[in-house]
Order: sequence, then structure tokens, then C-alpha cells
Amino acid sequence: MTDAPPWRSDGALANFDVFGFLARYGTLIALLLLVVFNLAFTRNFATLQTLNVNLTQVCTIVIVAVGMTLVIATGGIDLSVGSIMAIAGALAPLIFLSPIFDGNVAVAVAVAMVSAILVATLCGLFNGWLVAQFRIQPIVATLVLFIAGRGIAQALTNSNLQVFRVPEFQWIGLGRPLGLPVQVIIMVVLVAFAAWMLRRTRFGRSILATGGNERAAELAGVAVNRTKLAVYAISGFCAGIAGLVVIAINSASDANLVGLGMELDAIAAVAVGGTLLVGGRATIVGTLLGALTIQLVRYTLLANGVPDAAALIVKAGIIALAVWLQQQRRT
Amino acid sequence: MGADLLLAMQGVDKRFAGIPALSQATLEVNAGEVHALVGQNGAGKSTLIKVLTGYHQRDAGEVTFLGKPFEVSSPQQAQAGGISTIYQEINLVPLRSVTENICLGRAKRRFGLLDWRAMHEEAEHLLNRFRVRLDVRRPLGDFSTATQQMVAIARAIGFSARLVIMDEPTSSLDEQEVQVLFDVIRQLKADGVSVIFVSHKLDELYDVCDRVTIMRDGRTVRSADMSDISKLELVSQMLGRDVSKMEGHATAFSRPPADRSGEVVLTARSLAAGQAVRDVSFELHRGEIASFAGLLGAGRTETARVVFGADPTRAGSMYLDGRAYAPTHPRDAIEAGLGFVSEDRKLEGIVPDMSVADNLTLALLPRISAGGVVDEGKQREIVDRFIKDLGIKCSGPGQKIRELSGGNQQKVLLARWLAMSPDVLILDEPTRGIDVGAKGEIQRLIRSLSDGGLTVLMISSELEEVAEGADRVFVLREGRTVAELAGDEITEETILAAMAQGHVSHQEPGQ
Amino acid sequence: MNRARVARLFGTYGVLMALAVLIIFGWWRYDNFLSAFNVTTVVRYNAMFALIALGMCFVIMAGGIDLSVGSTAALGSVAAALASHYGIVPGMAAGIGAGLLVGAINGLLVTRARIMPFIATLSTLLAASGTALLLSNQTSVPVSATSGFINVGMGMLWVVPIPTAIAVAAYALGSIVLNYTSTGRTVLAVGGGEDASKLMGLPVARVTFLVYLASGGLAGLAGVLLAALGFAGQPTEGVGWELFAIAAVVVGGTLLTGGSGSVVTTLAGVLLLGTLFNVLNFENGKGWISLSAAWQSVVRGLFLLVVVLLQARLTRSTSQKA
Repeated sequence: MTDAPPWRSDGALANFDVFGFLARYGTLIALLLLVVFNLAFTRNFATLQTLNVNLTQVCTIVIVAVGMTLVIATGGIDLSVGSIMAIAGALAPLIFLSPIFDGNVAVAVAVAMVSAILVATLCGLFNGWLVAQFRIQPIVATLVLFIAGRGIAQALTNSNLQVFRVPEFQWIGLGRPLGLPVQVIIMVVLVAFAAWMLRRTRFGRSILATGGNERAAELAGVAVNRTKLAVYAISGFCAGIAGLVVIAINSASDANLVGLGMELDAIAAVAVGGTLLVGGRATIVGTLLGALTIQLVRYTLLANGVPDAAALIVKAGIIALAVWLQQQRRT
Repeated sequence: MGADLLLAMQGVDKRFAGIPALSQATLEVNAGEVHALVGQNGAGKSTLIKVLTGYHQRDAGEVTFLGKPFEVSSPQQAQAGGISTIYQEINLVPLRSVTENICLGRAKRRFGLLDWRAMHEEAEHLLNRFRVRLDVRRPLGDFSTATQQMVAIARAIGFSARLVIMDEPTSSLDEQEVQVLFDVIRQLKADGVSVIFVSHKLDELYDVCDRVTIMRDGRTVRSADMSDISKLELVSQMLGRDVSKMEGHATAFSRPPADRSGEVVLTARSLAAGQAVRDVSFELHRGEIASFAGLLGAGRTETARVVFGADPTRAGSMYLDGRAYAPTHPRDAIEAGLGFVSEDRKLEGIVPDMSVADNLTLALLPRISAGGVVDEGKQREIVDRFIKDLGIKCSGPGQKIRELSGGNQQKVLLARWLAMSPDVLILDEPTRGIDVGAKGEIQRLIRSLSDGGLTVLMISSELEEVAEGADRVFVLREGRTVAELAGDEITEETILAAMAQGHVSHQEPGQ
Repeated sequence: MNRARVARLFGTYGVLMALAVLIIFGWWRYDNFLSAFNVTTVVRYNAMFALIALGMCFVIMAGGIDLSVGSTAALGSVAAALASHYGIVPGMAAGIGAGLLVGAINGLLVTRARIMPFIATLSTLLAASGTALLLSNQTSVPVSATSGFINVGMGMLWVVPIPTAIAVAAYALGSIVLNYTSTGRTVLAVGGGEDASKLMGLPVARVTFLVYLASGGLAGLAGVLLAALGFAGQPTEGVGWELFAIAAVVVGGTLLTGGSGSVVTTLAGVLLLGTLFNVLNFENGKGWISLSAAWQSVVRGLFLLVVVLLQARLTRSTSQKA
């Protein structure tokens, strides 16, 4: 589409940018290699069962990571996603199990879902408000809800495990229209929509401009503050959905555990996916690939008898390597 | 003593990612001399200096300092070896105290621990040499740019440097402060310290330098005594252009044919904002180039930011086309038909990771999108047109803007506003940090835009740009408009006089 | 100017005043608040957090961040527990050594591979946690009951619990390093402007490496205390400690952007958060209100929010000048 830059015109092969190539396609290549490896060595890999296991496990991470990608694209970070998941996960059963709906399950479930996601979005909005209005660094601003949020979730439920069997609600975790798990559909829709939005809409451009050069964006009339508010709200929204999916799969909500450590998993997926962590350059599809790669590495190791603990170490190596490769390309 | 060779750099090569930044560059500096290093942006001055101080490693060539080969791999080693550098942007740490900024790296110790009293004393002592007295315990960031510069020099001298490199040290100083700096340089010279002085301001070079080395395209073009080379020769060798074509005007502006006092577009009455703007009033007329002149800190940029809604006002009023105009965000100004190209391209202009196309249409987005979705066909069409019209050199609309030269980046930023077809365009230092060729192009463009009816408010620190480019000049001094000049009144002399005295040459009574 | 001064004073003394107010409040309201038992308990168990916050404080002052401290402490506790059977010294050395190893890896990733601190330490967080789980077979590892190792946690040095003595010594040393050594001042300079420090000829890479090394070592030491206080190496402990430490450092008035900070107020920050917890427990004991542990983290979060908002208001006037 574009001509080769003039300085590459002589000896293009000699100047082949190895790091640039790996930074751009490394994740995809790694993913393909993993698939090939598994096809060759892992028993029962090419089954629908395996696909389902991997997809369901990666789903919540991807859903949260989509919001995280947008936040990071503006140059921010959201540490509170795990806690927000816990809040949404604690709130929904409280509502749909509550006696006031008097057995009207459909209404109860609808109200529960909407209000849980709404509260999660408001939590995100609160983060955005701290960041945009008070210019508090995102790490600290979202640290507030990271600490307080899980406490709120625990307080809501008195730290009790809420167990339930409500198929109408659990449909979002267990339902399979057309043979596809609902949460996978949610994930695909979110990924596709966010990728389209980032590329094609004014809001997407505002996000990248805000992360790329906030002062320039402000002077060009971009609504920087509103953009920041919006991405944190979206991140909260995504975390809310993920929280509901998790408790639906488990048939239970434990405020101590829902979303624990999710912020790190999501950030890892974003980083491995190739989004610039200082903002200004982002790829939603990359985030999806990043999450899939991390998941598949873990699966591959587990399926071949390597303990989960060792898989953690490998995961650490992958994150560091991915970011290092990006770094080489940037300079 | 002038003939003692202190530093010799011979045949220095340096490439970045295969692109040569220096090829066979040469620099020789004698002991106790002030040596000017000049060249356009991208000529390799900064690279040469960074090679000398070990920030970059050279690919080829030899460096001899004090008669011995000089091999360093970091500014730290260069400093220890006797070469200290003062950079364009003051590279000290504003959060830390003056003492720390001067003494860190060669701190005084007693019983293995830092001896703060001795360090404070030494910092005060070094600053006293330049007649600077201040509380050295306070954070450096509390002080003015000029003072910070003095601190940087004090630091360099504290390291008993034999050679001090000053990279555009005067770019953020006012006239008076420049004189203080020159006194310091002369003092250094008297003490036998050599200075490499990098500057774009020719007058300064003739003021303070003994010899000059001219660079172009990574090569050393000429070295000579300052007294042996005329300004015109100097410029023409920097540019690599024929001297005869340079005569007459120093800029590409030419005086407009006639007075063009069209109707008033923008009026500002007694604006006040922050500390820098106290009482600024002006009127902009349609189709003219108006200019703010003034020393650094006179409140020019600050006024422009207020007009554009980027900073809040404290007092005063503005009218646009006769209607009250009170922007609270740049968006308001943009909707009212204003555009603003900031003085700091990197910090406030480009979004480096975005493409040329996306940078160009950043302000235009509301107009080329429907329901929040960008119409990419329309975007492409507009971008292609401006790339062609302004002669923006890029591999295509998709190229990242960070990969473009300064001049082309500036053209994209101009196009960002021109695409909005604004009524008033504010240009803050539109030609700063741009090589002379692109500078002329941009100046011609500004003139042709104003000929087309655009009202331009141009801020420039280059006096000749104001004197030759503007139809109307408002002189600002310490946050107040002190003079308005129009037509034939505009000469470098009248502007200077107003800047210095605070009014136009005819003396006010009761002074 | 005036506001800037106020901001600076607030940053330094605000936390100390808040701590004093909280202690006076507790002394006035609860009978046993200043009893020897309560005080030693509070300072004994907060020693681990204090050590981690000290390391974090140095890393943050240098403009970085260290997310790995929690799982490093867990790894340190496992290593210490495994080695405790050979005696006190090998136990402590193993814990600290494990921490130093993680710190060194962090330092190398940040200075050599030039990976952002946030990501570099995020990956070592995972790696340290994985290693701890592998070493411990995913369960807690009892410490030796005979080698005297538990004295490191439960013993007293005259009237001072040993963990507290260790923490106080570390803070004293940290304070001297920060205020009276070139390395300490260079930490602040690097945090205040990395490029500037480089151009000033300061040993940026070395100092950056050192702060991560120190942070790792201190986290390892905290792990030793964790093992000694809990009688076991605990591979799954330490989750979220890094964020608690960051909160303590921020409450202590250290700028998260680096370049300024204080060791003493960081200690005050740790004590403030610890005492707050303690006060809430006492309040529960009074029976007027009943705050579960859940509410305590809510209160902590709110507390952090208040501090951060105050800092944002006060520092804005300072930063506007520059």
C-alpha cells in the first residue's frame, strides 16, 4: 500500500528488521508453533473438547483485557479490574436470589445482570474521574478500588460463599447456542467491536491521540478528559461482564476469589499482544492472540506433565520476552 | 597561547540504522578559545558532540584531547576526562536542590558520608563567580531558566573542565541574561578553559566566539577565524547555497504591497491570565499577519494559549466578529474558527505514533465522521490534497509522523488547521527548529494564506521574521501590550526600542 | 510559592501528624491500646510490611516500581523454611539470597534489557511465585522447631521484638544511605530525571540495579520473618503485598513519579496503615460498631483515596510552576 521508505531501498534484505518482524508477528508465530507442537505431541489435542477448555479458560481474561487494552492505549492502567469483577459477582446473586422478585426468575436475572454491570461501569467511571479530574496517576487511582473494591464485595456478602443453581442466569457461562459457549460469543463480539472502534471511529482516534500525546490531542480539540473517563468506564463494564461469567461457570460466587490476580493476567495479555504500554499504539486482536498464547503455553505444559507452578515461570519468560522484542523495535 | 591544540576530532563517522549522521567530520579546538559550531538542523552538530562526550560511540575516526587519544564510553567518563556539556534543554534535576545538582557525581565526604555543609559552601562559591547568589538548599525547579543555566555551568566548572560544550545555551534566555552568560564565557576563557558554542543566532557568534566550524550533511565544511568570515558567507556555507541569492531579505517574507486594514476579526481587551499575562489588548484585522513581539517571558505564548482557550483568563474580554468570545477549552476556540500551532512541535503538536493522515485530520475528526464513524474515503481525499498542496515529503499518508523531518512535521501541523478552513490561525514560532530551506517554504505559505484572506497571529523570537513578515506588530513587555506598530513603522529598530523601553521611540513626558 | 512550601511540608509531616492523631485517639478511647502487648504485636507483625515498603520506597524514588515483592517474600519464606533446619544463619541467608536473586533479575531486566519496570517486575512476580510453589510442592513448609529459627520471629531483643529491631535497623541504614551517601542522592536524581542524570554523568544503570537488588533483598528478609512468624514457609502468601507497600509509600508522601521522598515518612505510612487496622479491631471490640475484615480494607482504600486527593490538590500548585 505504501512505498518502501527511501532508506530501505538499497539492499532491503540486508537491512531486514528482525526485531521489527518478530515484534509484529512474533505472537502469531508463537501461537501457530504451539498449535503445531500440540498437534504433533499432545494427545487428544485436535478435539472440540480441548478447544472448549482453552476457550472458556481464556474468555474472561480476554474480556477484561479488551477494556485494559483501551485504558493502556490512553497511557493509563487499571489495577482494579479484579476487584470490580468481585463486586459484580457478589452483587448479581444477591439480587437474583433475593425474595422480592417472588419467583419471577426472568425479571430477577435481568435486573441482576443489568445492575451488576451498571455498578461495575460506575466503578470504572470513578477510576476515570480520579484520573481525569484530579490528574492522579492511574496506578494509584485504581489502587484505591483494588484495595477497597474487594472489601466492598466481601462486605456485601459477609464474606460468605453464595451458591446457586439458576440456569437462566448461568446461561451466560454455560449456555451453548449453535454449539458455541455463550461467553465465547461475548468475547468474540467484544473483540470485534472494540477492534473496529479503535480503528474506525472518532473515539478510537481520540484514545490513541490521548495516549500518544495528550497535550497535542487537547490542543487539537480532542476531548481528552471525556476519553479517559470513557475508557475506564469501559474497563469497568468489561470487568463486570467477566465477573458474571466467572460466577455463572462456578455456580457460586466467592468474593475472596472472583477476579483475584486478574489485573496481572489482563496486563500480561495486553503486553504479549503487542500494545505499547506507554500508550498511543494498541491492538485488540493482538491482545486476543496474547491471551491465547499465554493460555496455550500453560495448557501445553500441563498436558505434557509439567506442573502449573513451572508454567508460571514460563509465562513470566514469555511476557518479558514479548516486551523486550517490542523495545528492540521501538529504538 | 591560541595555537595550542586542545581537541582534535578527525574523520569521524557515525551511522544510525545504516543512515550516515556523520561522515568524515572534523573539529579542532585550541586551548582557551571560544569555538562556534554551526550548521542547519540535521547537519550533525549534536551527533558530533554526543560522540565526543561518549553518549554515542563513533564508527570511525580519531579523537585527541590534551595531546592524548580520548576514548570514552559515557558522559561520565568524558566529564572525568575534562569535557563537560551543557545541553539545550537544561539537563539537571529540578526536584533536587541546587547543591545536589552542582555537586552530585563528585560529592564531598567525611567519614565516608556526605558532608553537606562543605557541599553547600562549594555550590555557593562556584555560583558566586558569576555573581549569582541564591539559597542552594532549595530545589532547582524553583528558579528561573537563566539561573538554572548558571547552575549547569557552575556544575561543569566544578568538574574542573578544560572544555565546556554549550549546546544552544541562549535559546531560552533574554537579552540581559545572554549578556551575563557571555561574561561567564569570557571569564572561562580568561581562566584558560575552552568553550564549544553551538547556536543559531549569528550575532551571538560574532559577539563571543573566536573561531568557527561549519557543518553540513554530517561533514565539516569549513573552519575559520570569526574575523575571516562574513555573516553572508557563514550562512551560505551552512546552507550550501549561492551567496548572491541570499541578498536582500533574510527571510522569505516580502513586505505586502499596501496597507490592508480590513475589518476587525478578533479583539482582546485587557486580558489577564496566570502570572505572565497582565494587561494585553489587541485587534486582529482580516487577512493580515499580526505578530506578537517581545522577550522571553513577555507573555506572548501565554496570551496565545488564552485566546485559544487552553488556559483560563483572570480578567479581560474578547470579541470574535463583534460577538463576545470566551473559550474554556480549545474545542470552543476550534468551533469558533481558530487554529493554533504550538511552539513545541514534539510536546504539543505531533502524536508521534500516529500516521501522517491521522495527525493531519485530528482536529477535523468531528467534521469527517458521521455517528462517530470516520469516513475514511473523505479523510484520504483531504490528506492527499494537503500532501500535494503543501509538498509534504512522506512515503505516504500511512507513514508515522515521527519518521518525518521537522519541516515536514510542521507542514502536517499547519495542514491540520488549514483543513479546518479557520478564520484566525495562531502560529507560535512556526519556523523554530526547522532547517532554512523549509523555513522559507513555510514563510511563503503563511504569506500566501494571508493573501487568501486568512488572519494570522504569528509569534516569533526571530526579529527579522517579525519585522519582515508582519503587517501589524504588538509589542509585549512583562505581560502588557506596550506598543502597536503598523506598516512602515515596523522595523527591527522600532520593535527593539519598544521591547527595551516599553513604548515607541517618541518619549513620554513625566518619565 | 507559599502553596508549594505547604505542599512540601504536608508531604513530609502530614503523615507523621496523622499517625500521632491516630495514636492519641486510640490511647484516649481504648484501655489497652498502648499496652505492651498490643504495641509489640502491632510492631512485630508490621515489620515485614515495613521492610517491603522500604525497598519499594527506594525503587519508587528512583522512578521505578517493583511488583514482585509479594511473591519474592513468599519465595523467601519457603527458602528460609527449607534452610532453617541447618540453623538460624543458613535460614536467613537462604531467604535473603532468594530475594537478592529476584532483585538482581529485576535489575538486569530493567537496566540491561530495558524493559519497563512495571512489566519486568510483573513477570518476576509470576516467576518467583512459580518457583516458590515448585520448591514447596505447593504446600506450606514447616520451619525447623529445633534450630531456634523461630526466634527470629518470636524472640525479643530486650523489650523490642526481633522483627521490629530488624526493621528499625534497616530503616536507620536506609535513611543514612539516602541522606548521606552519593548512591542515595543519585537514586533521587535518577528518579527526578533519568536522561538528565545520565547526561550529568551519574552512574544511572548501577544505581537503578542497586535499588531493585535492595528491594529484592528486603523482600527476601520479609519472607524470612514471614516464615519465622508463621512457623512455615508460605508459598501462596504475599498476594497483593506489593500494592499495600505502594499504598504505604504513597501515604508516606513519596511522589510516585520519583525524584523525591523520605524513608522516615514511609515507615510512618506503614505504621499508619497498620495502626488504622489495629484501631478498627479495637473499635470492633467495643461493640459499638461491627466492622468485618472486609470493611477494614474498604476503610484502607478510602484512606488512600483521601491522601491521594489531598496530594493531588497540593502538588498541583507545585507542578504548575515548572
